[in-house]
Amino acid sequence: MMSYSVARLTWRAPAIVGGLCIAATLATTFTAEAQDAGSGQMSAFAALVTWMPFILKGFLLNLLMSVLAMALATVTGLFLGFMQISPSAFIRLPAKFVTHLFRNSPWLVILFAIMLLVPFQVTLPGGEKVLIPDWVKATIGFALPVMANIAEILRGAIASIPSGQWESAESLAFTRGQTLRHIILPQCVRRMLPPWMNWYALLTLMTPMAAILGVSEALGNTQAAMEAAGSRPEFLIPFYLFLMTIFFVFIYPLSIYTRRLERRFSAGA
Amino acid sequence: MLEIIAPFFERLNETAGINFSPFHDPYDWSRFVEGMWISVKLISAIIALSLVIGVLGAGAQTSKSRLLRIVVAAYIEVFRNTPPIVQLLFFYFGLGAITPQVDMGGWYEPIIGAFGWAVIAIGIFGGAYNVEIFRSGVEAVPHHTKEAAEALGFSDLKIFIYITLPLAFRFCLPALTNNIISLAKTSSLAYVIAVPEITYSLANIWSDSLNVSEMMVLLFVFYILLVAVIAQIMSFLERKLALKGYGQ
Repeated sequence: MMSYSVARLTWRAPAIVGGLCIAATLATTFTAEAQDAGSGQMSAFAALVTWMPFILKGFLLNLLMSVLAMALATVTGLFLGFMQISPSAFIRLPAKFVTHLFRNSPWLVILFAIMLLVPFQVTLPGGEKVLIPDWVKATIGFALPVMANIAEILRGAIASIPSGQWESAESLAFTRGQTLRHIILPQCVRRMLPPWMNWYALLTLMTPMAAILGVSEALGNTQAAMEAAGSRPEFLIPFYLFLMTIFFVFIYPLSIYTRRLERRFSAGA
Repeated sequence: MLEIIAPFFERLNETAGINFSPFHDPYDWSRFVEGMWISVKLISAIIALSLVIGVLGAGAQTSKSRLLRIVVAAYIEVFRNTPPIVQLLFFYFGLGAITPQVDMGGWYEPIIGAFGWAVIAIGIFGGAYNVEIFRSGVEAVPHHTKEAAEALGFSDLKIFIYITLPLAFRFCLPALTNNIISLAKTSSLAYVIAVPEITYSLANIWSDSLNVSEMMVLLFVFYILLVAVIAQIMSFLERKLALKGYGQ
C-alpha cells in the first residue's frame, strides 16, 4: 500500500504548495485590483513585483547571518561539547551550566540580551573604536542557542557509541585522547550530520527575528516595502506569502536531504 | 509578598545600583505578575491546541482518503519549513485584517485579538511537529495489537481512539516533551504582536526604568524555571503511564 507520509511525498509537495501560494497571492491581488480599478493606485501584485529585488536583497542578509552563525555555533558548540564530557568536574560543570542556560531560554530573549547588553562599539587595545553593526550582534545572538544544542548533539553522539569500543581501545593501550580521535569521533560524525543540518534549517527560520531589533533583513525589508508602497491592508497577505515562499523554497530541499541522510544512517547503524 | 521583599530590593538599588524594580515598585510588580500569568495562559493554550492538531492530523494520516493524507502532509511541510515569526505576522496582520469585527458600541474590535492569533499561529506551527510525533508513535504500535482489536469487532475509529492512541501516546512521550518545551519557548514570539506576556511586560519595564540587565536575569530565570516545571510534569506522566513489558 502506498502511504502518503511526509517522507514519500518528497518533490511533489513543494510543487503543490508553491502552486497554492502563487494561486492565493494572485487571487488576493486580483480581487484587490478589481476593487480599486480606476482609482489610479498601484495593485498589490505590481507593488510586490516592484519591491521584490529589495526583499530578496534582505534575504541575502538572512543567508549570510545563518551561515556565519552556524559556523560560529559549530566551532563553539564542539568545544563546549568536549568540555561537557571532560573527566574533570571543574571543566564539566560550567559547560553544563552554559549549555542548559542557552538550551532552555527562548531565541528572542537571547537575542534581546545580546542586542541590548553588548555595547554597540568596542575600543581595541590600540585605542581605536570599532562599531559593531547590528546584524553582527544578531548573528552572535542566533549562534548561542545553536551552540548549546550542538554541544548536546556531540555529547549524545559520543554517549551513543557502545562502551565496548572504549573498553577495547583501553585494552589496546590507547590514551583517552587517542581513543576519542581515532575511534569514537569518526563514528560520531555521521550520527551528528542530520541533527546538525536540522539545526541549520531551524537557525535560518529564526533569522527574521532580527527584524524586531532593526536589522534590515528579509522581514524588515518586507515591512519597509509595504510601508513605502502605501501600506494598504491588501498588501499584507501577498507580501507575507511571498516571504514565506522564499524561505520555503530555500529550506525544503535541505530538510528533504536531511531526512534522506537520517534514514540512510539509521539503516546502516 | 511585596511588603516583605521590597525593603531588601530597595536597599539593593540604593547601595549597589542593582534595580530589580518589580520587587520594590508596586506598579512594576503588577506588570510582572500579569506578564507571568498571561505567559502561562498563552503557553497552556498553545500546547492544548497543538496537541489537538497533532491527534487529528495523525488520525487523518492513517485515513483511507488519499486527498486528506496529501493535505496533512502539505500542512506539515509548509509550517515546518517557513519562519514562525512570519507565520505569526501573516496570521495577525494578513488574516486578522479580513476577519469580521464586532461593534463594541462606538468602536470596532476584531473577534480574535492578539492573544487569540498568537495561540492560533503558534499552535498551528507546533501542531505540525506534533502530527509527525504522533504519527511515529502510531507506527510504533504493534500490528498484532490492532489485529486483535479488529478480531474483537472494534471499528476503525474505535481502534484508533481506544487502542492505537493510548499506546501511541506513551511511545511518543519523550519526543512530545521536547516539542512542548520548545513551544513554551516559542511563545515569547507573541511579543511581536504585542501580547502582554512576560517578555513584553519586562521589555516595558526595562524601557521605563533602564534596568535591562536585571530584567534579562529575571527573564532567563523565568524561562528556565518554566522549562524545569514542564520537564518535571512530563517525566511524572511518563512514569505514571509506563507500560509493563516496554522499555526498561
